[in-house]
Amino acid sequence: MAVILKTEGLNKVYRLGSFTRSREIKALNDINIHVESDKPVIVSVVGESGSGKTTLAKTLLRLVEPSSGRATIYDQVVAGAGATAHGRTFLAAVQPIFQNPFEAFSRYRPVDAYLHETATRVAGLDRSQANDAVAEALAAVGLDAVDVRGKYTNQFSGGELQRVSIARALIPKPNLIIADEPVSMIDASRRMIIINLFRKLKEEAGRSFLYITHDLATAYYISDFVAVMSKGTLVEFGPAKEVMSNPQHSYTRLLLDSIPTTRTRWRPRAAKAA
Amino acid sequence: MSDIRDTAVSPADLAAAEPAPKATPGRRERASWLWLLNARLVLGLIIIAIFLLGSFVLPLFAPHDPAQQATYMKNLKISPAHWLGTNGLGQDTLWYLIFAVRNSLILGIFVGIGISAISTAIGLSAGFIGGAYERIVMLIVDSFITIPLLPILIILGALIRGNNNFFTIGLIIVIFGWAWNARTIRSMVLSLREREFINMARFSGAGTLAILVREIFPYVSAYLVVGFINTILFAINTEATLAVIGLSKVDVPTLGSIIFWALNYNALFTGNTTWLVAPIVATILLFLGLFLTSTGFNAAFASRRGVA
Amino acid sequence: MIRLNSVVASYRTARGSINAVDGVTIEIPDGCILGVAGESGCGKSTLMKLIYGDVTSPMALASGSIEYGFGDAKGRPITSDNIRDQWFNRISYIPQSSMNSLNPVVKVGKQFVDFPGSDPDKKRVLAEVREYIGKLGLPVETLDAYPHQLSGGMRQRVMIAMATFFQPELILADEPTTALDVVVQKDILLLLMDLQEQMGNTILLVSHDMGVHYQVTTRMLIMYAAKAVEYGDSESVFAAPLHPYTRMLISSLPTIGDDRARDGIPGRPPSLWQELSGCRFADRCPLATARCRAEEPALIEHKPGHWAACHYAGEMTQRAEAA
Repeated sequence: MAVILKTEGLNKVYRLGSFTRSREIKALNDINIHVESDKPVIVSVVGESGSGKTTLAKTLLRLVEPSSGRATIYDQVVAGAGATAHGRTFLAAVQPIFQNPFEAFSRYRPVDAYLHETATRVAGLDRSQANDAVAEALAAVGLDAVDVRGKYTNQFSGGELQRVSIARALIPKPNLIIADEPVSMIDASRRMIIINLFRKLKEEAGRSFLYITHDLATAYYISDFVAVMSKGTLVEFGPAKEVMSNPQHSYTRLLLDSIPTTRTRWRPRAAKAA
Repeated sequence: MSDIRDTAVSPADLAAAEPAPKATPGRRERASWLWLLNARLVLGLIIIAIFLLGSFVLPLFAPHDPAQQATYMKNLKISPAHWLGTNGLGQDTLWYLIFAVRNSLILGIFVGIGISAISTAIGLSAGFIGGAYERIVMLIVDSFITIPLLPILIILGALIRGNNNFFTIGLIIVIFGWAWNARTIRSMVLSLREREFINMARFSGAGTLAILVREIFPYVSAYLVVGFINTILFAINTEATLAVIGLSKVDVPTLGSIIFWALNYNALFTGNTTWLVAPIVATILLFLGLFLTSTGFNAAFASRRGVA
Repeated sequence: MIRLNSVVASYRTARGSINAVDGVTIEIPDGCILGVAGESGCGKSTLMKLIYGDVTSPMALASGSIEYGFGDAKGRPITSDNIRDQWFNRISYIPQSSMNSLNPVVKVGKQFVDFPGSDPDKKRVLAEVREYIGKLGLPVETLDAYPHQLSGGMRQRVMIAMATFFQPELILADEPTTALDVVVQKDILLLLMDLQEQMGNTILLVSHDMGVHYQVTTRMLIMYAAKAVEYGDSESVFAAPLHPYTRMLISSLPTIGDDRARDGIPGRPPSLWQELSGCRFADRCPLATARCRAEEPALIEHKPGHWAACHYAGEMTQRAEAA
């Protein structure tokens, strides 16, 4: 069984203020996650703002240095002491999808430039192979390369741009794709297109996903495992269906209780006249 | 932390809400430079064009070196032979003015290019690379910013009065003028650095230089254009200030040196107001042209910014 | 009873005019909580601005009218022209981002008593306010704090306190809980429902979250591409939506414990810049026929108290039930 994701005592402390009066903020507090599997998995990290889920994503993407602890992705140490992943090996193994699709690309560059760049620099393909790889990746997300070529961010909708982002992340065939709130800025009616795409890519292309979100419903829908975070601490972790149907920690229960669903009402509806 | 943008249809959203044109791949907008034009910019460019053409083309037709004194009778009135009359040194005012504008512009452009190049390189690198490099560089930048340019130039001018090479002045203005723009560019880069597409570029395999040139530079380029023009203004202004005091090489015709000579030869008392007024009007018009172009570009760039 | 009569809101831009709300005619009964739902660009926020009277260039009320059903202090009827005078008095507004609405350098208490048209006796007003915010679950110290010292949930409660203090007839809430944690959101929504029960006023709630609508609202208005496509009692709309868009919207949302496959609605709403004919949802609608593209469906009361703008209203639900 491959170790898909393992964090050992991951800590991140931010110090605010100056020499004499400083405050410590523990963005990550001793995070220990262990996910092992033969098959690709989707792991969700759910929590509210300030829970540390984005800091965790950034640490795993090496955008932030942990204060202590270690993180391993698919047998590659990516953060903390002894980080062996460097440069291209890392980029070929771990790829991100960011929250704001319009911010993910420069306004001044055509979006497919990023795809080609990834194909040549990260995947190490030559010109013609790169073209094929780009077309293939776009097809995998349901876009036609002809419709994407040479266009700029303002010519797409949020959902389309997010799919381009996903295509770009697919090109180097990474082991793990880390998606940080990938659908929160997309219209509710179109979110499931992206979410279903994640599931399809896991099953057909064999990519594992780390899905960071505050939306428990979509997390429940596609995840194999769920990690619940609150104020920098990991409060619960386990198989998704189990955690959601039988939460052990009081915070998880509170979270599940507070979600406005369309099934049961918080308050019974008094018969209101039309 | 708001996940949902304002759902009211704002004019900026409306502009972006067209269905994506599927027909022609690779085409961006109808004409890529037409958006630039607005009334202010056009007017400014026209004025500058007139000055540029006038000052670079006309000198080719000068009957003789206008700086040569006693070529004509002194203090002649405006006439068909001398469109602005002659001055107290026996020079044709108009020809002298044309050469003066040319020299001022040459100085301005030279300084503009110098300052832009240095400040861009330093600002971009300091802002993006960060760390110890940035701290040391910003220390140098801040030191230069606090050094007042004019007093230094005055001191230098007083020390080597008269032996000033015209281009030494320009060089000194560059040396003491690059710091301010460098600081501005560095702050722009600091905020750009945090944006998501930089991370995207990193994960696409781009190195530091590629990111600076392809991702960051386009966002800074608007400021650079405006900054370049403002620097020209600044340089011409500084040189003119020096010349009026008499600390520049006043033999060389520049906008400032005309005023110097006119003041020294009591143009107003001898009734030769044209001598004094002409360069002032020319300076005002030139500055107007530069200012309009600068703000015109600014307005054009700003109008293109949807969600910057 | 608030009446919207063929309300059209237009935006004037350099490229021409666009109707962000294109002919909405509904009657909103008193004392209901009306949820307005739809995707971004559908016109719900513009509709709110219209009703609130926050109409500034380039937006304009191009045609139609709004009757508010309540009069001012002198008993004159209030219409779109003079609704502005009634802000925070008979009509108030809870914005999405409290940090953008509260002055960051002024203490909260002072902002409360600085309302236009407030009682000149500030001390008395302050005392009343103190008592009032206690009812909303805020400690008295809140009034002496600066906005940034309060949590997001507390700030939003302050906004609700401000909006309800003068017991207005109509409260407009534009995504009031979107920026809040889901736990805090529940508290705020319950608070809003409590206040509505006590005061009996009408609340218009815009939200992108259908779950919020299900929990809180008694009536629903679904908007699509500047048109009202469905309107009716919440229970009815959620249990048996008449319009295909509503149905597809509701069924696209996953719920915990429900393992059925969900799917988003592919495609995008049509651009409002082009000439639109027929039903605006036709391009994305699985039931669309030639009639749909040619003839725009009107908002018709297909069931008592439940309107829909669709030639095949209710058919999707029928087919699903038959299957």
